[in-house]
Amino acid sequence: MNCAPVVDNRLSIEKSDAGRRGLWCKNPLRAKAAIPANLRRKAAPRLPELSEFDVVRHYTRLSRLNFSVDTHFYPLGSCTMKYNPRFYEDAAALEGFAALHPLAHDNCAQGTLELIHDLSARLTELCGLDAITLQPAAGAHSEFTGLLLAKAYFENKGETRTEIICPDSAHGTNPATASMMGFNTVNIASKPDGRLDVEELKKHIGPKTAVLMLTMPNTLGIFESNIEAIAKAVHDAGALFYMDGANLNALIGMVKPGDFGVDMMHLNFHKTFSTPHGGGGPGAGAIVCGKHLAPFLPVPLVKKSGSGYVSDFGDKRSIGKVKAFFGNTGVLVRAYAYMLAHSTKELGEIAACAIINANYVRSLLKDLYPSYSSEYCMHECVLTPGPDLTAKGIKTLDVAKGLLDRGFHAPTIYFPNIVHEAIMIEPTETESKETLDEFVAAMKDIHAQGMAAPQTLKDAPVTQPVKRLDEVQAARQPNLRW
Amino acid sequence: MYIPHTKKDKEEMLKAIGASSFEDLVKQVPGKFLWPKLDLPAESLDEAQAAARLAGLAARNCRPLNFLGAGAYERYTPAAVKAITSRTEFLTAYTPYQPEASQGTLQAIYEFQSTVCALYGMDYANASMYDGASSFAEAVRAAVRVTGKKKIAYAAGVNPQYMDTLKTYFAHSPEYTYVKVPTKDGVMDRTALPGLLEGAACLAVQTPNFLGLIEDMDGVAEIAKKAGALLVAAADPVSLGILSAPGEYGADFAVGEGQSLGLPLAYGGPYLGLFSCKKEHVRQMPGRICGLTKDKDGKRGFVLTLQAREQHIRRDKAASNICSNEALCALSATVYSSLYGPEGLKELAEANAGAAAYAAERLSAIPGCSLKFKGPFFNEFGLSVPGSAAALREKALGRGVDIGLPLAPLYPELGETLLVCATETKTEADILKLETTIKGAI
Repeated sequence: MNCAPVVDNRLSIEKSDAGRRGLWCKNPLRAKAAIPANLRRKAAPRLPELSEFDVVRHYTRLSRLNFSVDTHFYPLGSCTMKYNPRFYEDAAALEGFAALHPLAHDNCAQGTLELIHDLSARLTELCGLDAITLQPAAGAHSEFTGLLLAKAYFENKGETRTEIICPDSAHGTNPATASMMGFNTVNIASKPDGRLDVEELKKHIGPKTAVLMLTMPNTLGIFESNIEAIAKAVHDAGALFYMDGANLNALIGMVKPGDFGVDMMHLNFHKTFSTPHGGGGPGAGAIVCGKHLAPFLPVPLVKKSGSGYVSDFGDKRSIGKVKAFFGNTGVLVRAYAYMLAHSTKELGEIAACAIINANYVRSLLKDLYPSYSSEYCMHECVLTPGPDLTAKGIKTLDVAKGLLDRGFHAPTIYFPNIVHEAIMIEPTETESKETLDEFVAAMKDIHAQGMAAPQTLKDAPVTQPVKRLDEVQAARQPNLRW
Repeated sequence: MYIPHTKKDKEEMLKAIGASSFEDLVKQVPGKFLWPKLDLPAESLDEAQAAARLAGLAARNCRPLNFLGAGAYERYTPAAVKAITSRTEFLTAYTPYQPEASQGTLQAIYEFQSTVCALYGMDYANASMYDGASSFAEAVRAAVRVTGKKKIAYAAGVNPQYMDTLKTYFAHSPEYTYVKVPTKDGVMDRTALPGLLEGAACLAVQTPNFLGLIEDMDGVAEIAKKAGALLVAAADPVSLGILSAPGEYGADFAVGEGQSLGLPLAYGGPYLGLFSCKKEHVRQMPGRICGLTKDKDGKRGFVLTLQAREQHIRRDKAASNICSNEALCALSATVYSSLYGPEGLKELAEANAGAAAYAAERLSAIPGCSLKFKGPFFNEFGLSVPGSAAALREKALGRGVDIGLPLAPLYPELGETLLVCATETKTEADILKLETTIKGAI
């Protein structure tokens, strides 16, 4: 008998057996269905026919092929992969929240409306701004909402402004959002230290500029120290200052963005506020803004009225809806739990420990993997393979794959685009010193391997379910479905 | 707080960094901005206190017997779906940027794409969008890119929230125009199509439409094609267990609200945008796409592919700005569809149609009430009621039943009409209670 382990990489449809069933719907009202034959589908959908156990085993097996925050250190820069507390999941699943229909009468939704109202108040205070919408489904969706606000704001003033300024270190979503909204993107080269060049900004900003979109700290993990000069240049030109809040974990509780002249900013609940990423979503976003932009926020908002709460559909100046219904409320329940679990002081401790962790990793690795910046970093650092590794033909991709073989998820790689062979490491505050020490040891070990036997590192990973995958074939001959 | 650092840890780490204090690390931040006063609670809640606070809020939402639909549908979520989606290897992973360490998520996305293609009868699907409304808007944007035309024709029966979202997506360009195809007895007036579609990028239709009625799509794609317009179809995925698939009637893009596949109502999200298209439009699809390929040893594996459409590569030339999507909801819908399979989905669709048919039969017999439209419907229908529909709903809510959505604010021309929905979660007894409640409240 052959007892060799069988590697099961079949698709669910390949396990299908005609006539097998998982679940039934036996509601006797089925007999009342009277759909005319001409409106019925001709061929049944080609879906797998499996038992419940088949399905559970199939997806349980798949789950075990993944790295995740719970199973592996996951220092993905700009993604803030911190621990997601368990009780948030229980809270979001509470029947009262989970079963509430989005068109429920306000009288039936008082608990959720109160939650949204209280969360809104806490977040506006945290950011030092005046108003907020929680409707966007993600960070990029928030940027879209923010630029719509800008558009409405200038239209209301009778001004036509066609340009958005982004530094070249910006997340790809910034220019993509700008062009989706019909704006032209003006790219500004960063200074050698990674900061926005204020003199360059002054050259490009003017009556055509609608918004400066700036990530803070920027994607190099550096704070824009000349923030006051930047804000002044933006406001002198009559433009708006948008802060991409993807990296807010570095600042939470430690500074209020409103204090340095930000007109609006977005939040990513699936980053800073610890709601789980789910393999790419769901997220949730928010736009927090000053009073001057508040009349244009999407509707509905939640307002206190007497002893209760009501959905408020604003006035005619609102930009309308960016999404059906209210927003990703299930994610907001988790974000609210996060706010409840942190006092003012503890919020500041998040930023402080995120910054200590990033600098700790940076300081222990910078001799082997030069740091792009010579300064201390904020919540993340950008390193690169040194000349010694480069001389051996080792690329950032090889270092990333070497980490997978050592049980660590790779950092964000090849971003920001302005750094050649970037390795962007964001440890987050929830990782302990011991974990960081293990990570540093793994990075040193990879360096040693790359120097001694570079080809073996170029073959990594060798411990994963698959080796390096042929991405060229995937794109040339797309196989996107069974 | 979820920070492991002890005081000693922090001291050791600062020493290793070579900083004399934490303040050294943040010298790049102008000092006057550091540590502002925050008007937030000085004390945090412990887990038990926070859980109690949340449970208290959840309990303040009431739980009427629910007959609301209108784009979000009450479903039973099978235990096996919850068991899989709560596996933290799925829950706490990120977008699969390192494919070798993300084969579970990637294969699940591939199976999700395949499930959407199978349900909608389409060639390709993406890895998900935010919700049905944003999928709809992105499909119309794609049709505009393909055709280069700026006139958008849409059936009056498209969910008004989808249209609001679409108009927001195009708010920047006043050159886009909208043409509404009127309804006749609640469904699209097909005789109006040829004239209205002249010069249009697409015809956007929803079936079952917002009023619950099933559009007869036979021949519509041909009419659109003749006018040089693409067909964008929105359809509820559970209805496709029994109703014609968009691929069968020639849709170019087909979208839907995936919440219907067993996701909780959750006051509007997280939901799941389903997005699919014909083969020739694949490079106009927004968002992430997973493809099957081989590894160095020739073994099957999965990667994110066709990324040249996406924001992190193309920046201002990208097809869309979408980055995070609804991956976990996509997994949930995939597991749900696999558990029910083709037969089970047909049963679910029949149970929806049957429950709604029974409700319509009972309610239309109430004196003063009648069905607003004659045509076949899926799981919801318009009911004319005597007096104010909104007042009737409030009265019924007091008796523990949400009898449906008053349509007058959205469609004033329909008068005092309720949109009543019954899904497979409703029993004969539930529907009799609905009947008694309405009778009592009139």
